[in-house]
Amino acid sequence: MIILGYIFIGIGAFFYFLGGLGILRMPDVYNRLQAGTKATTLGSFSVILGVGFVNMDYLPKALLIIAFIALTNPVGSSVLARAAYLIGIKPTAKTKVDECKGGDEI
Amino acid sequence: MNVLNYIYFILVGFGVLFSFLRMLLGPTSADRLAALDTLNVVLTGTIVFLALVFKNGLYLDIALVYGLLSFVETVLIARYLEGKK
Repeated sequence: MIILGYIFIGIGAFFYFLGGLGILRMPDVYNRLQAGTKATTLGSFSVILGVGFVNMDYLPKALLIIAFIALTNPVGSSVLARAAYLIGIKPTAKTKVDECKGGDEI
Repeated sequence: MNVLNYIYFILVGFGVLFSFLRMLLGPTSADRLAALDTLNVVLTGTIVFLALVFKNGLYLDIALVYGLLSFVETVLIARYLEGKK
């Protein structure tokens, strides 16, 4: 069980690394939000579940923190994307379809 | 299990470094806030991992409170940016 927990922690650390790389490399703010939020949400699930597996005393609080992150992280990302759209930040030039304006081709 | 701690902290350190670079040179405020959101979630997971390193269960409570405050911070700054135009 301890080995399984450390495997989960290693997968989570790799996803944290990928989240930082996506934040640095993606072209505009919407792509950056998607890369950062999705990768770090999965990485957090994996790391916290791994800590709960290595030490079984920490498992109930670890599950509580997982449920909390699953509820709050997409809400924060959605609010931030909406704010970025409403203040008029342009997406990158390769964007084909804007669904908020009816889905027609730009 | 000492080598695994070093592997974890090297990988997470590169992730934190990349998002910190984006926070320094992001063109708009929304980019900086997106990098800050990512950084907060990474730090929440790292505080939970510190409970395992230092063998102290109190770090889980700290991680829970830190996650709550970081969520409030993200929503508050996003609403402020939205109202500013």
